[in-house]
Amino acid sequence: MKNLERFITQRLADTGNSPDQLLQHLCAIQNFASHLPQTAVQQLAGQLHIPASQIFSVIDFYTFLHRQPRGDFNIVFSDNITDRMLGSQALLHSLCERLRVRPGEPRADGRVTLDLTSCTGLCDQGPALLVNGIAVSRLDEKRITQIARLVEDATPLPDWPAEFFSIDDNIQRYDMLLGDEIINGSAIETLQAKGADALLDTLEQSALRGRGGAGFSTAKKWRWCRDTVADTHYVVCNADEGEPGTFKDRVLLNSYADNLFEGMTLCAGIIGAGKGYLYLRGEYLYLRDALEKTLQQRRQNGLLGKNILGDRDFSFDIEIHIGAGAYICGEESALLESLQGKRGIPRIRPPFPVNKGFRGQPTVVNNVETFVNAAKIAVFGADWLRSAGSKESTGTKLLSISGDCSRPGIYEYPFGVTISQLLEDCGAKDVQAVQVAGAAGSTIPPREFERRIAYEDISTGGSFMIFNRQRDLLHMVQNFSHFFCHESCGFCTPCRVGSALMKDLVDKVIVGHATRYDLTEMQNIGRVMQQASHCGLGVTAAKPVLETLNKFPDIYTKHLANRSYEPAFDLDAALEVSRQLTGRDDAGAHISYEPETQQQEKP
Amino acid sequence: MNNRVPNKKPKLATAALCGCFGCHMSLLDIDERIFNLVELVEFDRTPFTDIKSVGYCDIGLIEGGVANTENVEVLRDFRKHCKILVAVGACAVNGGIPAMRNQFDLQDCLDEVYIDGIGVANPLIPNDPEIPLLLDKVHPIHEVVKVDYSLPGCPPSADTLWTFLNELISGQQISFPYSLIHYD
Repeated sequence: MKNLERFITQRLADTGNSPDQLLQHLCAIQNFASHLPQTAVQQLAGQLHIPASQIFSVIDFYTFLHRQPRGDFNIVFSDNITDRMLGSQALLHSLCERLRVRPGEPRADGRVTLDLTSCTGLCDQGPALLVNGIAVSRLDEKRITQIARLVEDATPLPDWPAEFFSIDDNIQRYDMLLGDEIINGSAIETLQAKGADALLDTLEQSALRGRGGAGFSTAKKWRWCRDTVADTHYVVCNADEGEPGTFKDRVLLNSYADNLFEGMTLCAGIIGAGKGYLYLRGEYLYLRDALEKTLQQRRQNGLLGKNILGDRDFSFDIEIHIGAGAYICGEESALLESLQGKRGIPRIRPPFPVNKGFRGQPTVVNNVETFVNAAKIAVFGADWLRSAGSKESTGTKLLSISGDCSRPGIYEYPFGVTISQLLEDCGAKDVQAVQVAGAAGSTIPPREFERRIAYEDISTGGSFMIFNRQRDLLHMVQNFSHFFCHESCGFCTPCRVGSALMKDLVDKVIVGHATRYDLTEMQNIGRVMQQASHCGLGVTAAKPVLETLNKFPDIYTKHLANRSYEPAFDLDAALEVSRQLTGRDDAGAHISYEPETQQQEKP
Repeated sequence: MNNRVPNKKPKLATAALCGCFGCHMSLLDIDERIFNLVELVEFDRTPFTDIKSVGYCDIGLIEGGVANTENVEVLRDFRKHCKILVAVGACAVNGGIPAMRNQFDLQDCLDEVYIDGIGVANPLIPNDPEIPLLLDKVHPIHEVVKVDYSLPGCPPSADTLWTFLNELISGQQISFPYSLIHYD
């Protein structure tokens, strides 16, 4: 405990007492002590001058932060549908048996905790897990056996086999963004040579749109931010790639980090920002050291820091903030809240971040891929981007392809590529459906496979999950509805309650107890969620159910009980605890099964 | 005088499951309109008539959630006998206050009351067959039987209940002025 106190004191001495750093402190303490003990919270509260209750509320919000001790080895399995399709559930079960531990509960000796977490972005090389925050890919029974032994032997992580932690970029198709290289600093030099106005014009002519999926004009966003008069401006890169099935930013961060930082610096030069933040999702912690090294290199080369490339009026630096397992923080205003050390609850918009963002100052928030594009447009010009894609969707899109295909990985295609083309190129056969744009996206049936990836047709942040005809698509729906229920921030009732009801109803369908009535209920609940939720998460949370009810009704009807009503739970089983406590087993201690208790006609 | 044949009046039954009787009290809050209600409907089983078992009815109003075997029995009996079944109030609609016990284990609840509580003599969890067994969780009634209407509120106000019954009986679409469905 004395160690922990010293650790915190030292950390605060190094980073200052700004409450903005709260989440970063908590992540570091969690990492150091495997949880956040009461004493640490009290110490932080005292030194940061914020109430302990506020700190507890932040801890409880983020999945990766814990008040109770986790094991020395805190292992969480990625629980995306693509991991499940690769057998993750059997592997988790196997590891639980080997280590004699139940999911979610630390082993009595404090050695290990096993648990589940949302998609970790390794769908192309899953099943995957995180051990003390570090990703392990390509799990199989052999690797699970090895992990069990390493845990039992208390082998420190640095001594685990290096191949466990090797994550491949796995780029299957290159196009202009991944293929055309720029020299470090060249985008900034172009900015210095031509000026901010000219570069904004170039960006506008290129018609670059946000690559996170919403597709807002990048030039417009930067211009609005620049035109907002304020004390200071900020650049924020959204690297909280949480949409299940998306992993293209992982590759950009791993191998194109210089381009990303170049894009952020370019943006800073244009909008007049002195500080930038890279919000890195907690699942990508293993990328952090390399990213810090790249930042350091750029500082040494005069591309970051004071007087960039000798320009006395241009100073800009980038800080990496780490997330802690919250999907909602991919929403830009929730991300800004999180960046300020708070719970990631989306803000009410307007005001938009370009007017009031980080710390209430005008802020550009862009996706990783958008910044990389911007840097290259600055060097190659607007026509470079316009040479590919369509009028409304210029350039290319990185797609993260996973699921039932022989070559999963990263595919870069010009906008306008058809689904059928993608399926052919990645070796997908006998396809039942494609889930485009993740859990919040669209379920595409074969009759729509000639549709195109483009803002004017199917817009996506990059997730592309394939399901063949051997799959029960309802398992995907179930996975996503559990995902949304877990990830709902809890702020507004339609989403918090709606996503829980939706999850229960999908489960009811799967176990064969649902009726037509329940399907109608799902549609009603879904409509309320879409109409009344506070943010985009709630609006889209019902989408997997509504889309599949509409396009794939058979996956539901084949599970339906042939009745108009079924109770939501097993009534007799609900008495089991009482029977045990009272020792009763008489007739009155049981409830008969009466599925269809309906009004009966008068005799 | 009233020319309607008495047995043409719709029959109404009410029951309280796991609730506080506040919704029934709210129904009584219609005050002198109770005379109009008697003109409109014939009461079957309700705490007002003290009839013990429900006969065939047009409308059944249920207050309270489902917490024990007796609640299940009464609720199923109502569903079998009522053409239209209405969940009245927060407990019937959502489980309400009694459902706050759902976050604790049932054993912890019973231990607290019958074993570890202050001043408990002869600590023992009651096991007489006369006493209905508790379900491990308190459920809204729509999880046990099909429900036709839900009237939210804790309790729904007398005006809400009055408006609802009038519209239902006269065959109108159920709709409320904003003031009746505005809770804060």
